[in-house]
Amino acid sequence: MSLTLEEVRHVAGLARLSLSSEEEALMRTQLSAILDAVAELSAVDTSAVEPTSHAAGEVAPWRADEVRPSFPPEKALGNAPSTVGTSFAVPRIIE
Amino acid sequence: MEPTELSMLELGKKLGSGELSSVEAVRACLSRVDRFDGQVKAFLMVDREGALAQAEAADRRRKDGRRAGPLDGVPVGLKDLFLTEGLPTTAGSAILEGFVAPYDGTVVKLLRAAGTPIVGKLNMDEFAMGSSTENSAFFPTRNPWNLETSPGGSSGGSAAAVAARMVFGALGTDTGGSIRQPAALSGIVGLKPTYGRVSRFGVVAFASSLDQVGPMTRDVPDCAALLQTIAVHDPCDSTSAPMKAPDYLAELEGGVRGMKLGLPREYFELPGMDPEVRASVEAATRALEKLGAELVPVSLPHTKYALATYYLVAPAEASSNLARYDGVRYGLRAEGAGNLLAMYGRTRDQGFGLEVKRRVMLGTYALSAGYYDAYYLKAQKVRTLIKQDFTDAFRTVDAVLAPTSPTPAFRIGEKVSDPLAMYLNDVFTLPCNLAGLPGLSVPCGFTKASLPIGLQVLGRPWDEARVLRIGRAFEREHDFHRRTPPLRAA
Amino acid sequence: MSVADFQPVIGLEVHAQLLTRSKIFCGCSTEFGAPPNAHTCAVCLGMPGVLPVLNETVVEFAVRVGRALGCRINPVSIWARKNYFYPDLPKGYQISQYDQPLCEHGALEIDTDDGPRRVRILRIHLEEDAGKNVHDAGGGESLVDLNRSGVPLVEIVSEPDIRSSSEAAEYLKALRDILVYLGVNDGNLEEGSFRCDANVSVMRKGASQYGQRVELKNINSFRFVQKAIDYEIGRQVELIESGGRVAQETRLFDAVRGETRSMRSKEEAHDYRYFPEPDLPPLRIPAGYVERIERELPELPRAKLHRFVGTYGLPAYDAKILVGDRALADLFEKVQAVYKGPAKKLSNWFLGELLRLMKEEAREVGALRFTPPQFASLLEMVDAGELSNNAAKDVFAEMFRTGRSPREVAQEKGLIQVQDTGAVEAAVDAVLAANPGEVEKYRAGKKQVLGFLVGQVMKAMKGKGNPALVNAALRAKLGD
Repeated sequence: MSLTLEEVRHVAGLARLSLSSEEEALMRTQLSAILDAVAELSAVDTSAVEPTSHAAGEVAPWRADEVRPSFPPEKALGNAPSTVGTSFAVPRIIE
Repeated sequence: MEPTELSMLELGKKLGSGELSSVEAVRACLSRVDRFDGQVKAFLMVDREGALAQAEAADRRRKDGRRAGPLDGVPVGLKDLFLTEGLPTTAGSAILEGFVAPYDGTVVKLLRAAGTPIVGKLNMDEFAMGSSTENSAFFPTRNPWNLETSPGGSSGGSAAAVAARMVFGALGTDTGGSIRQPAALSGIVGLKPTYGRVSRFGVVAFASSLDQVGPMTRDVPDCAALLQTIAVHDPCDSTSAPMKAPDYLAELEGGVRGMKLGLPREYFELPGMDPEVRASVEAATRALEKLGAELVPVSLPHTKYALATYYLVAPAEASSNLARYDGVRYGLRAEGAGNLLAMYGRTRDQGFGLEVKRRVMLGTYALSAGYYDAYYLKAQKVRTLIKQDFTDAFRTVDAVLAPTSPTPAFRIGEKVSDPLAMYLNDVFTLPCNLAGLPGLSVPCGFTKASLPIGLQVLGRPWDEARVLRIGRAFEREHDFHRRTPPLRAA
Repeated sequence: MSVADFQPVIGLEVHAQLLTRSKIFCGCSTEFGAPPNAHTCAVCLGMPGVLPVLNETVVEFAVRVGRALGCRINPVSIWARKNYFYPDLPKGYQISQYDQPLCEHGALEIDTDDGPRRVRILRIHLEEDAGKNVHDAGGGESLVDLNRSGVPLVEIVSEPDIRSSSEAAEYLKALRDILVYLGVNDGNLEEGSFRCDANVSVMRKGASQYGQRVELKNINSFRFVQKAIDYEIGRQVELIESGGRVAQETRLFDAVRGETRSMRSKEEAHDYRYFPEPDLPPLRIPAGYVERIERELPELPRAKLHRFVGTYGLPAYDAKILVGDRALADLFEKVQAVYKGPAKKLSNWFLGELLRLMKEEAREVGALRFTPPQFASLLEMVDAGELSNNAAKDVFAEMFRTGRSPREVAQEKGLIQVQDTGAVEAAVDAVLAANPGEVEKYRAGKKQVLGFLVGQVMKAMKGKGNPALVNAALRAKLGD
């Protein structure tokens, strides 16, 4: 298999996903299969090719430096799971 | 005749003459929702009050002689990834369950200005990742043609709602085929416009360089009219094209005489294509030939790499776009996490379904240190080659014809545990997204089991008008689009 | 331990907020001090479905900075996503620039004790600021305020050309002064609008390879910059001398203890998975844009400093203070243009009375009430002997507060000195006649009684005698 369990755990960490051990094993199998399938791209000669980094054309629109109304507190915080005053509250990071 | 048998434009005319009211039209939709959605399960949320109020406003406008346009008062549905202020917007995900949109996306604003009452929010594969609507966190939608089968995805709810006449038209989004494939499987018309034609502001993002909003309707004129309403430059979207859209209805009936239509051999040679699909699509191409078009064999040699390219680019962009779902400012937050890292991990593990997790993992890996060049960058380069294939082909042909989906609607449960098998549903639709081209699917036949088959028309950038015209030329000589699914009230 | 055997190598990264009215990618206000989350919208809150649109003034300010620092402005630069998770980063990525930044390869010249030094600028790029995470003292929670999320930043990265902590401080001051001069930043370290990280390593003198560098963060005053860097240099030297190796890490400066501490949590955060931002097309600078900005660049602090020393003949000390505030320097030049006297005299007044009153009344140059010709006029009155220095200070204070002309104020207060030599002589004669004893003492050699006699004449003239004239007349009449 292309991926080791260590690699699966590392990627899950980067993506902030707390996978169960069943999920880890499933991911390992399925992601390995997908990576094997996409490996065929290495056969394509792209030495003289630029990547398509931007799908839109030559448009480069800028906007004027004007202040627009911000959200009132109900909109900014209305969907928040936890607030203190008008701040979002989150559990602390363990240092 | 039930109002819901009318097309959007036909209804629009009757609303304009006063023969029907928008309230009656909405009530007709709601009546079908009550009778059939228990079986079809297209809707995540029905906004009865809102839709009726919007209908009443449309009727008032008509009385005052100030109708907003040809679609004023025509009820529509929206895939649940369009942010609609004051209404829930879930993107088919548990991580957004309960999220109430604090703003209207641009396309929603345009629809409101056009006066189309919004009946409700439609089911979808979670975060638009899927081809069957089975990845919805809530429930799968069923194909009105055969309730054991999938309507396709990710805009499965939109396709089913239109096919079942629960709405007159709907909007979906298409990143790898998510409008066209469900349109084909559900027997309706679906268009993915050129990338940049329609604003993405207020549309929950899946893959930023591939996502496009498009209309899903029962016939091509409706598709053109709905496209007209939303094809407007948006200063809130930096990828929105600055050009003004042409009049899509003006040349719609112009026919295909003299056009050169390409048949890409890589598409028609695909092993594993259902023989009935092949037969139906080939017959459709010959029908267009009879109508005066010239069929030209073309080659799109990098087609076989489209799947791999897509499944590196799209998940990579998605892994970044979905990082904002972290339980901090909105959406689900897992209970009982004592510290931030645990909160992040549990929230995202609980809130995301398996397919989403899979793609986030794949995308994160493709962008990670040491792998970026071999995976993401490489895929973006092959993407350029795929685009170039089309540019080359369009030197000799005006449009390309192909099947939309290799198979008709498949049974729910059949493919969902085999990701690679599920991904193959999109082989014909993916290249068009990678190249940013407009793509249309129109009904072109049925299998012996009465499952719909779709014909795909791909065009040059910004050439929606021609693509629609080709679809219309085929459509008006046939009546596949007029057949109705055999639904029986529960 | 011998720090002297080692050569410190320092590179500095400055994040400076740009003084635009609205944020870089949305229209929310950038004003400091609002209640938490009062200046937020769907875009800078990172809500589903939002997209960035670039603020045109951000580009202008960044190009100003780039050209002021002699950088090449890339006609095309690319936005990139820097992906990491933190509560103050709402989208889970920061829109920044990675490959192909806006500006590259410039330099900043600073004056050090060993003479001028040229610090090369590697790159300058644009990015959005994150919000603020405040650790709630009470509960086990952090509070997140996203007002700052989306404020535009330029990141200015120097090459590791700096060789001491004092040079580092000089570099930062010079850079800050330039940004303030350009009107793009308010130079406020305490409020966080100008932030500095330092990369510090040491190498044995004569060695050919740089040592392992360490990143220092959380340096928020010029004083701390020197302390932090000196501490870190000492720490690294001691580590190496005792046989250890310097680890690649990020350290925080603890201002209370005066030491740097390792930041444990950052190790795995460094895979930012940069990729080009698909929601923003490449940043293209139109033809002629850079040239226009260059034409509009003001004279920069160092050039102005050298000019003040050269053209006005001012000592470096004076010039530095005047040049430190662009508006103050401009005012100086406006007054000096109409003042017929020596620049040093004017400078003394600026550094003395003017700055004192500005501080007392908390008024900035832009809010001053008097005009340059009025100031020049006042000094000319002193030069002509019409006002004593003390009287002039009085008049100036009134002029400062009210903007009335100095002559009008002096006349009203009766401060104008008598210049009439006849009157002076008459007074002198009278005093000498009244004080024969003192006259004799003076003629006998006790020159110090002159002071008493001057006082008497001034008293007789009710303080309005021109001291110089009085002095001269007395001496003449005393036969000196």
